[in-house]
Order: sequence, then structure tokens, then C-alpha cells
Amino acid sequence: MSSSVDTTVIDQTPAARHHFESLEQQKDASTIGMWVFLITEIMFFGGLFMAYFAYRQAYPAAFASASNKTTLWIGAVNTTVLICSSLTMALAVRCAATGKKNLIVLFLVLTLLLGSVFLGVKAYEYHDKWVHHEIPGEHFECEGCTDAGHASLFFALYFGMTGLHATHMIIGAGFLIFLIIKASKGAYTPRWFTPVEMFGLYWHFVDIVWIFLFPLLYLIDRSGAAK
Amino acid sequence: MITTAPPPVETKKNYLNSQEGLKSWLLTSDHKRIAILYLITVVAFFFIGGLFAVLIRLELATPAGDLVDSNTYNKFFTMHGIIMVFFFLIPSIPAILGNFVLPMMIGAKDLAFPKINLLSWYIYMLGGVFTLYVLLSGGVDTGWTFYTPFSTSYSNGYVIAAGLGIFINGFSAILTGLNFIVTVHRMRAPGLTWFRLPLFVWAHYATSMIQVLGTPVIAVTLFLLVLERGLHIGFFDPAYGGDPVLFQHLFWFYSHPAVYIMILPSMGVVTEIMTTFCSKKPFGYTFIAFSSVAIAVFGFLVWGHHLFVSSQSVYAGMVFSVLSYIVAIPSAIKVFNWIATMYKGSVRLETPMLYAIGFIGLFTVGGLTGLFLASLGMNVHLTDTYFVIAHFHYVMVGGAIMGFMGGIHYWWPKMFGVMYSQLWSKVAAITIFMGFNLTFFPQFFLGYMGMPRRYHVYPPEFQVLNVLSSAGASILGVGYMIAFCYLVWSLKFGEKAPPNPWGATTLEWQTTSPPITENFEVTPVITQEAYTYTSEEVVHVV
Amino acid sequence: MANHNTHSNPNVRHEGTEHHTEHIVPIGIYIGVFLALVVLTWVTTFVSTIDLGRLNIFVALSIAIFKASLVLLFFMHVKYGTRLTKMIVLSGIYWLFLLLFIVMMDLWTRNWMGVPGR
Repeated sequence: MSSSVDTTVIDQTPAARHHFESLEQQKDASTIGMWVFLITEIMFFGGLFMAYFAYRQAYPAAFASASNKTTLWIGAVNTTVLICSSLTMALAVRCAATGKKNLIVLFLVLTLLLGSVFLGVKAYEYHDKWVHHEIPGEHFECEGCTDAGHASLFFALYFGMTGLHATHMIIGAGFLIFLIIKASKGAYTPRWFTPVEMFGLYWHFVDIVWIFLFPLLYLIDRSGAAK
Repeated sequence: MITTAPPPVETKKNYLNSQEGLKSWLLTSDHKRIAILYLITVVAFFFIGGLFAVLIRLELATPAGDLVDSNTYNKFFTMHGIIMVFFFLIPSIPAILGNFVLPMMIGAKDLAFPKINLLSWYIYMLGGVFTLYVLLSGGVDTGWTFYTPFSTSYSNGYVIAAGLGIFINGFSAILTGLNFIVTVHRMRAPGLTWFRLPLFVWAHYATSMIQVLGTPVIAVTLFLLVLERGLHIGFFDPAYGGDPVLFQHLFWFYSHPAVYIMILPSMGVVTEIMTTFCSKKPFGYTFIAFSSVAIAVFGFLVWGHHLFVSSQSVYAGMVFSVLSYIVAIPSAIKVFNWIATMYKGSVRLETPMLYAIGFIGLFTVGGLTGLFLASLGMNVHLTDTYFVIAHFHYVMVGGAIMGFMGGIHYWWPKMFGVMYSQLWSKVAAITIFMGFNLTFFPQFFLGYMGMPRRYHVYPPEFQVLNVLSSAGASILGVGYMIAFCYLVWSLKFGEKAPPNPWGATTLEWQTTSPPITENFEVTPVITQEAYTYTSEEVVHVV
Repeated sequence: MANHNTHSNPNVRHEGTEHHTEHIVPIGIYIGVFLALVVLTWVTTFVSTIDLGRLNIFVALSIAIFKASLVLLFFMHVKYGTRLTKMIVLSGIYWLFLLLFIVMMDLWTRNWMGVPGR
């Protein structure tokens, strides 16, 4: 058997945990574990997507007019920012695999920065909605919305879905800080960089969720044609 | 070829005494110790849930609402349901027996992620704390099903705390399921291919699939429920444009597969017990293995049978009805396989076997009555009556709990190195079986005659059957108390158990009772099919 | 009794370990995928401003699915991963679709059987 990861000497650090027989087995297990976790996340967000489809099908005019209250180009720019952060994350993992220690830190920091920009823009958008009373609840107002009663459902889903997404990003940012610190101390080598890789999977997943949120929340009936 | 003979039981260090002190238990990463932690807490919740059952049956002994008022009664059945479903049944076998036995059955030293295993227990405890808080503050009265808009807008109970408690508890189940899936994929001993696995492992793998795919949906649903109750956003409340039926769809998408989370591990236990006490390999190994997976997969397609009278479309109702009939088939296949295993086997009626045989009878009744309910026309008459209650108690108590009790009695010598009283265990098993039937069989008639569920009053003509049911409940309770007593007594005074008191043929019996912390002295190498091991043959030293 | 004797090598291969080498994806692929994702983002933004009637959502979701696939296959290395990884990903997607489509089946067929209100 040939492997670019040397598993013959398992008493050198980093060593596999005691219940594993080899680093390869441990890494394999971690990868499967992370993927299983990500499909639980698919189902978790899935419930919200379900509610979205149900209500959009029931109240298409309300959803279209409410969606137009979001700012199209801000959404597109933010999507681009997040895609950039996915690139930097993928490059960070690659650098870990190829042993470029300083670049790992650089790309992780860039990922964190880009993620923070995304969150900052979201905060701005939330503030904007707050100012226009577009928060569902007692004081909800939707200026110029058709079917305002049901437009609030759109906003409920908007805040619920992007809020859950933002929470995942904030948690991700926390992990990134941890990874940056560890990476700058040289913890990640081509022999063992599993946390970086696993975090990368998580970060890309959060990006994928946004890839769907963007068209569903920002791009309903932007042509202004009457439904 | 050198073999390791089982060391003398009295002197060996094992997982129980290898480290001392509370901290070594609360910070353990040993799957066996975590199983014991779960055992204590899960059983504690069982008794709390049982207490509510006692209160329910006390009220229902008389037609009038003379013990408590209807609001309080609503809280009784709600707390009974929440605690029994989420804090007892779902974790029971996987978190206790699965945690303890599964790594040993596959020749592993531990689960894939031992620390996450411990985290699962702490998350379970945190969810439990929320639930106890609800209990002590005055309870929640929405039914364990939390239907909206009552739960979001009108209930005066502690809905948010209860919802959060279950939400948190869900993550415990998700992490356990995740751990099992990775463990079964990557921690099997050399030579242990999928079709050499014990069927208990297949059952837990299938269960873990459901936990991982279904639990997140109820998590997000309860999350939305809590948001709605707190902020009146309008997801599920028609007053704000929401759809209560959407809540029901999201709730049952998980809660139906949840019942398979409860029954599949139990079926796994029954297969193990059958094999051992019939001294015969399970009939139709492949069928049982594939049926477990089929139940897990098909179980996700039938949830609409809980919505037949909810204004769900009739077309969807028909589809769900057909699928509900289909999902019964793999379970039936298993029942046939167990009976065929017993046929011409040399049957020993030890206590675990009594529970397994009881399981087959009671689960069959429960399963068949499920088919009555799956029929659209019958369902209109039977839904929300005591027929439903009888049906699900037959499968969940007569099925899942009998399996749990059987499993506890089967693996008790392995877990603690002691034997319990054979006489009292058989007395308890028979008491439980008879008490159970007396409690729930009359409820089929009550339901058919029209007694609604979740009511604390009923017409006087139903009293006789209700009294029988309440009498049965007291017998059932006595049975569980007897079991609790002799099991606890055995910990201190029980006869020392040999490594393999039952003559079983799976890997966990080829090591000491109780096992050492690492489970095996040497990782076994598997060269044979399942259920064929004895100490001399399986464990190789390199 | 056959003895496979896999224990002679201390690096005993545990059952289920699918052997695969660590695959390093060329930077060019990452950049290419990145550019495709950015371009598609602006394409979908632009297309949404054109009235295609019922096709709008279909186009938007198709582009989103394609973008997600690119991220999955290349950034998340599913293309270079084990069969098990691919199975897990497909299961997740399949179960999500079960949830979405079966509930929508109820909502879309509400008037099919001619029963009032259902």
C-alpha cells in the first residue's frame, strides 16, 4: 500500500488517539463524522426551506413584493464576498496539505476578514429593515407591499433563515480565530491538518446555504412584472 | 496460535474500578461508563414519567373529573408524553446498551468520538434540566405534540422552556447517532465485514440514520415554535397568516421516524436474545439486516398518517395510507424470522427470553392495530380515541420497553459482573406482561366505542374498562418496582457472573465481565460469520 | 479456518478503511471554480430582472444548484473523495428533497379529490 501520509511510525507526534489504530483511520473517521454532521445541518435548514416553499406557494404576490424590499445589489455583492471567503478557505486547506505554514495563516485571516465583511453588511441590512419597521410582530409595516398581512411571513423567514445562517457564520468566525492561533504556532503540517480541513467543510457548507438563500430571498420577481 | 483465556473474575481490574472518584466518572471518555451514566439518568426519567402515568390512571378510575381539573390533567399527559418519548424511550437502548455493547461487538476499544459521547450525555442532562424546570414551575399542557396555534398563542403553560428542553435534548440524540454511524463504518475489527456484524449493530446503524436525518427537523420546528410564541411572528398561527398544518407536517416528519428510533434498537436486542436462548443462528440474517434499513428508510415516508383528519389533502392521505401499509412489511418479516429462529431451537426460558417472547406477541398486536389506523376510513373513526393510545402503548411499551428490559437483563452480568435473582426476575417479567395487557387491552375497546383521548372525564358506561385499565397499571407499576429492587440489590449482593453466563456467541461475551477499560486485551481478528464465536477461536494474539 | 493474518503488519488495516491518497487539487481548478461561481452569481442576479414568468424561479434554482455542486465537488473535495462520502452527501440531498416534495404534495393536491376543503 502506498500513502503519501506516513502511518508507519505512530509514536511521533501528532499521534492518533488511543482508540484508533492509525492516523489514517482517525482522519477517515473525522471526515465521515463531519459529513454526517453537515447532513444534519442540511435537514436543520431544510425545515426552514420547507416553510419558505409552503408560504411562497400560498402567497406569491406577498412574497414578491416583500422580496423587492431587499436591496438587490447588496445581496449580490455579499454573495460574492462569501464566495471569495470560500476560495480563501479552500486555499488555506491546500496550503496546510502542502506545508506552507505562513500562507495557511494568511488565508485563514483573509477568510475571517471576508466573513466579517459579510456579517457587517448583513448587520447593515438588518438595521435598515428595523428602521423601516419591516420586523414581523406587533409593529410590522410594509410600505407599498401587496398583501401586507402575509408579507410579514416573508420577513419572518428572511430573518429566521439569514439569522440562522449568520449564527453559523459567527460560530465559524470563532473557530477561525482558534485555527489562526494554532496555525501561527505551526500546529498544522501535511501529516496532520484535520481541523483545518474539517472546518473548511463547515465553511463551504455555510456558503452553500447562502447560495440558495440569495435567489430565494432576494431574487423573487425582480422584473417588476405584475403577477 | 495463542489464545487469551478469560482471566479470573475476582482479581481483575475492570472499567468500574480502574479509576475512582466522581470526577473520573463525570469526565470519563469510556463508552461503558457513559452508558452507566445514561442508565442512571434515563431510569430516573422513566420513574418521573411513570409517576404521571399513575396520576392519569388514578383520575381515569372514575368518570367524573374529581381528582384534578382539566387544565392540570392536560399537564399530566403532556409531561408523561414528553418525558417518556424524549427522555426515556429515544435514548434508552441506544445510549445505554448501544453505548456499552456496540464497540465491543465490533472489536473496538471505544466509539469513534469518545468525548462527543460524553458531550451527548451532558447535553441530555441540560435538556433534562429544562424539563425539570418546566415540571417544577407548573408544567406544560399542550400535549407532547405541541400543536399550534394552541401552543403558540393560547396555552398558559411553560411552552418555551419545554420546547427548548426538547430542542437541546435532540442534539444529544444527533451526536449519539453520528458517533454510531462513524464507528460502524470505520472502527470494525479486521475481517469484520458488514454481513458478519451482529444484527444488534445493524439495528443501531439503522436507528442512527433516522436520528441523524430526522432529529434536526424537529429541532428547527421547535425553534420556530419558540420564536413564534415569544415574538408572535406568525409561522403557524392563522391569525398572522400562518398554517397550523405546516407545523404538523414538520413535527411528524421527525416524530414518526422517531417511533422507529424507539423500536429498531429493541428489535436488535430481541434478535440477540433469540439467538442466544435458542442456541441457534438467527433465521434469515440478511432479511433481518435489510429489514432494519428498510424500516429506517420507509419510515420517513409515512408521517402523513398522523394528519389524516387535519385538512391534509385526501390525495396525500391516500398516498400516505398505502405507504403506511408498506412500512409494516419489514417489521412483519422480522417477526417471522424470530419465530423461525425459535422453531427447532433449544429454547431456554431465562428472563431475557421471557421479555423477548413477550415482545413478539405484544409488538404484533401493536403493529396490527397500527394497520387499522393506517386505513383512511377506519382512521376517521379511531383517531384521537383510546384505540390510538392502546396501539402505540403496545408498540412502545409492549415492544420497545420489553426489549429494553430484556436487554438490561441480558447484558446486566456483562455490565456489572453480577447475576440477579432468577426467581424474582421471572416474577417481575410475568407481572409486567400481565399488568401491561390488563392496562392497555381494554383501551382498544374504549377507543372503538368512542372514548376520546386526553379527556379527564368520560361517560359512566366506560367506567368498567377504565377501572380494569387502572388496575392493570398498578400491577405494571409493581412489576417495574420489583425489577428495580432486585437489580439494585444484585449490584451489592448478586452472585459473581462468569464472562459468558448465557453461552452467547457474540464478541462482547468473549471478554471479562465486567470488561476492562480497553474492552479486549488484543484487538480481535474476525474470520467467521456472526454468532459463531467462542473464546478459543476468535481472539488472536499477534 | 482461514486466517487472513492481517495482524502481521502493525499498520493493520481496519475494516472499512477505504484507501486513497491525499489528493492535492491544483490551484488552477480552485481559481476556475471561483470565477465560475462569481460569474454565475451576477448572471443569476441579472436574469432575475428579466421577466421569464414561471421560469424565473426555475432558472434561479438551477443556477444555485450548479453553484452548490461546484462548491461540493471541488472546494469540498467530494469529487476526489471516497464512495462513502458521496453516499452521505447524496443521502442528505435526497432526504431534504423528501421533506420538501412530500409536504408540497399535500399543498399542491388540496383540491384533487373533490372533497370540500381538502
